[in-house]
Amino acid sequence: MTDRIVGARLHYEDSQTLERFLATGGDQGLRKALLELTPQEVADQVTTANLLGRGGAGFEAGRKWSMLRKAPRRYLVINGDESEPATFKDHLLVENDPHQLVEGATIAAYAIEASFVVIYLRGEFALGLERVQQAINEAYARNALGRSIFGSSFSVDIVLQPGAGAYICGEETSLIESLEGKRGFPRIKPPYFPAVIGLYGEPTIVNNVETVSNLPWIVQHGGEAFKELGQGRSTGTRLFALSGQVRRPGPYEVEMTKITFRDLIFDQEYGQGLDPGRELLAFIPGGVSAPWFFPEHLDIPLGQDEVAKAGSMLGSGSVIVMDDSSCPVRSAWRIARFFARESCGQCTPCREGGAWIDKILRRIEEGEGRESDLDLLLDLCDNISPGIKWPPAQTTICVLGPSIPPSVNAAIQHFRDDFLIHIKEGRCPHA
Amino acid sequence: MARFSDEMLSRAEELVALYPDPRSATIPLCHLAQEQDGYVTNEAMAHIAELVGSTAAEVQGTASFYDMLKLEPVGRYVIGVCTNIACMLRGAYELLENAEEVLDVPVGATTQDGLFTLEEVECIAHCDQAPAAQVNYRYFGPLDRQSFESLVSKLRSGELNEEVPPHGTLIRIRREAPAVIPMEEIDRNRAGEAE
Repeated sequence: MTDRIVGARLHYEDSQTLERFLATGGDQGLRKALLELTPQEVADQVTTANLLGRGGAGFEAGRKWSMLRKAPRRYLVINGDESEPATFKDHLLVENDPHQLVEGATIAAYAIEASFVVIYLRGEFALGLERVQQAINEAYARNALGRSIFGSSFSVDIVLQPGAGAYICGEETSLIESLEGKRGFPRIKPPYFPAVIGLYGEPTIVNNVETVSNLPWIVQHGGEAFKELGQGRSTGTRLFALSGQVRRPGPYEVEMTKITFRDLIFDQEYGQGLDPGRELLAFIPGGVSAPWFFPEHLDIPLGQDEVAKAGSMLGSGSVIVMDDSSCPVRSAWRIARFFARESCGQCTPCREGGAWIDKILRRIEEGEGRESDLDLLLDLCDNISPGIKWPPAQTTICVLGPSIPPSVNAAIQHFRDDFLIHIKEGRCPHA
Repeated sequence: MARFSDEMLSRAEELVALYPDPRSATIPLCHLAQEQDGYVTNEAMAHIAELVGSTAAEVQGTASFYDMLKLEPVGRYVIGVCTNIACMLRGAYELLENAEEVLDVPVGATTQDGLFTLEEVECIAHCDQAPAAQVNYRYFGPLDRQSFESLVSKLRSGELNEEVPPHGTLIRIRREAPAVIPMEEIDRNRAGEAE
């Protein structure tokens, strides 16, 4: 059984080197794609695999590609602007397996017949930028990039682009704006997908780092083999990022749906549980945009639909653990503060609402809150995302704003007493 | 000073030549300017505008949006302590307080000797090493007061010069590849295949 695909090389000390890459199957997927398969056949394998985008939205990669507007010029952009709090899997992949990323990006470029490829990496990933550039340089040197790759008729360039510190640029239309040299303002929809109008107005596919890092394996072993892993819509493996108050935080690649949150957090193989004497307060199953889960959700398997059915999302695959020494008011405040700081400022509900929620939660946390603040917070949330439901309704251009209410709402609904103690007694019951 | 030096100019021109539209080089060139001067000066923004075919105001509009691009001088080492949720749950605010004490500056300020600027930053994707911090975007963690003190003294003594280069995220990045294939050639080949 295979339980490692994208992370297969990560246990080698020298996983980032060309030598290790080539000694462990590197280039084989790309060679097979270019020399034995047509672009459509590669795309078909990815559709068969049912590879879901690993960036957060979980959209089928094959379907995304099929939406590409037919135009003579089209672009591929790899989204490595990983900044969703507590998500660190792409950081790991760009630093420790940059050749796999470049190979995957080239396969994707072939499948969609891209004219030009940009790998956009978060600017803070200084070491990752160095390693990916080196991998690109080494790919040119062995004709894995550039003109007539491996003697085929396919030619393409990959350019590495550094971001400059803006969470919003992970949103694909914002990323494209940034790549055009502008402020990272998400574009107004429709068109809903850059596959229609993207970079420089041309059709563009934006794929996440982990998504394309799966492609060498899929091409080599076939879409069917990938689909055999996991179940339902959740196929293959995922690199889960476990963090927070757990004894062994870390990246864990596991077959989709095969283990539960309880396994991930408590199993010896993974998180190894909480500190002695601590109880689980809550956990977030897929990045801070997701509604929180509680101890009663521990037996839900790590699968896209399974988590969605329970009212949250697997999102970016980052699981954040909070034990009973943590204060839920403080956690909700810190998450809201993040969104308030990272709001691009275009839409009023997000820009103003986020800032007010940040301020109000902070005053509650500092013991200066009022009882009416709880209703006020929910009212603000409702203005940003009417109905405060899941998946969230939207009054804004992008989903950053609607990502604020889930944490605030979860904390108020489940930990009302904690809020009231802060407000009435001016103290934190967890301090 | 402030406009690109000859050496930086040739790197800037190489970057501009990579893209179908030169404006795409705006952010990379801001990183270069920062590498040269420590921050993105007004003169550099004017020079970048000339190189990418926009205006100084447009470059400033872009540069002022991004946290990493500094429009005012900063210390030789920009230390960013992450306080986002994963780090907070493991003591990031205590680390930040310690950092203020050790460096003897409040968050947002630069030490008298111009060596350190202290920032509180959002998640840096180093969450399994929480609480974490970055120094000129090189990552460290998990940190406590003692290991933070030792990090600072190593930075002072130059012991980490290899690991933590001066400001500027592109400082060690050089593209070694043939000139990018002109879009027209790609278009032509595609049309040829289609026939």
